[in-house]
Amino acid sequence: MSETARIPAFRRGVKLRFDTVRDTWSVLAPERMFVPDEHALAVLKLVDGVRDLDGIVDELAAIYDAPREVIAPDVAALLQDLADKGVLAW
Amino acid sequence: MVNAEPPLSLLLELTHKCPLQCPYCSNPLALERGGGELDTAAWLEVIDQAAALGVLQIHFSGGEPMARPDLPQLVKRAAERGLYSNLITSAVLLNAATLAALAGAGLDHVQISFQDSEAAGADRIGNYAGGHAKKLAAANLVRAAGLALTLNFVVHRHNIARVPDMIAMGEAFGAGRIEIANVQYYGWGLLNRAALLPTRAALDACTAAVYAARERLRGQMVIDYVVPDYYAAEPKACMGGWARRFLNISPSGRALPCHAAETLPGFDWPSVREHTLADIWNGSAAFARFRGTAWMPEPCKSCDRREIDWGGCRCQAFALTGDASRTDPACELSPDHAIMAEAAREAERAAPEFVYRRIGANVGAAQS
Ligand code: SF4
Ligand code: SF4
Repeated sequence: MSETARIPAFRRGVKLRFDTVRDTWSVLAPERMFVPDEHALAVLKLVDGVRDLDGIVDELAAIYDAPREVIAPDVAALLQDLADKGVLAW
Repeated sequence: MVNAEPPLSLLLELTHKCPLQCPYCSNPLALERGGGELDTAAWLEVIDQAAALGVLQIHFSGGEPMARPDLPQLVKRAAERGLYSNLITSAVLLNAATLAALAGAGLDHVQISFQDSEAAGADRIGNYAGGHAKKLAAANLVRAAGLALTLNFVVHRHNIARVPDMIAMGEAFGAGRIEIANVQYYGWGLLNRAALLPTRAALDACTAAVYAARERLRGQMVIDYVVPDYYAAEPKACMGGWARRFLNISPSGRALPCHAAETLPGFDWPSVREHTLADIWNGSAAFARFRGTAWMPEPCKSCDRREIDWGGCRCQAFALTGDASRTDPACELSPDHAIMAEAAREAERAAPEFVYRRIGANVGAAQS
């Protein structure tokens, strides 16, 4: 499978949820929680276990009106980082 | 008074009942009997208030929380309020039916404690024959149900050599996360310290094994690792700082900034039977007592780590120096730091018998 067709998904037991008391998004996981930065949040909101890397890059390119080639490596690196942290399976 | 950010995490000690008798149990020496526990309605009210206050994660613990028949009801309420729920269990009461009820209620994560990687050592520590086999069966059920699973191993001188086997067990179960947690020496653990504290050499080997496994399993399995304070140069940021992120409710409804805080003298712990969680968190003298940095003595007061570790653990400071407001002796800058090295020498001697955790154990005799 090519790199761009890989599909990221939340690991079992990991959730993204809006925290109404603090008015921010939070990632909740076993004995962990953190507030994702703006870039991570934009990517995490598009992770649904169906969209592949290509699909995520397409969406972000449209949202930010930026060229795909510029965004793609950053998104891949971000996904890898979130996978290393145990947030995503990727 | 220090302006309090809302808490992130709430631990409910639903009961002190437990079929096991681990000699390092984090419950207080004076265990609560069943009759004093909060009823279902009171726990539901606590859950509602916690969510409104800003809590994001809820831990159902004990004792053995599965000894409470209303556990699925409480988990369901937590899920309805958007709380991330974690069950901290010995798993000896877990079977297909009890697990199905919890999964159906919306439980997010199960943490099963293991006393060792092999049955003989594990059953001796828990003083419960057949316990290890039940836990293995329970862990398989949790995986089959598709729930997130953490295996928690509590480490001490009798099992520390088997840490590599514990990590292998986590891999074999496909656990997303394991904990290799050295015993924390409060309460029962402190009472049994001479029987449990590993030597420095044993700890160093354990640390090397954990670091190597972390590298190898990056992206696959998270390994959380806790060392004993006795060999540390810096203290832990106990609970992320007193009453900064976390609160704990005892079986009878006393609110505490950490599970060991009842060991501290001179406190009037507020009860959820009489006060709201918001009043307790924002307005009680007990929660304000060691919050922030204003209470600190030297060397903490002028130390640039004071908002990193918050001066360490108040319960440890009290247990080892008799004064809860001193710098945690685990810190090498503490004037009491020599106490730690003195205790570590116990680890070189033969281990005494365990004082098992049970209601009415002869704690006084063992302490003297
Ligand atoms: S540490 Fe052992 S005795 Fe204490 S609650 Fe957990 S399983 Fe029970
Ligand atoms: S002196 Fe106090 S604040 Fe500084 S490192 Fe030690 S415990 Fe932490």
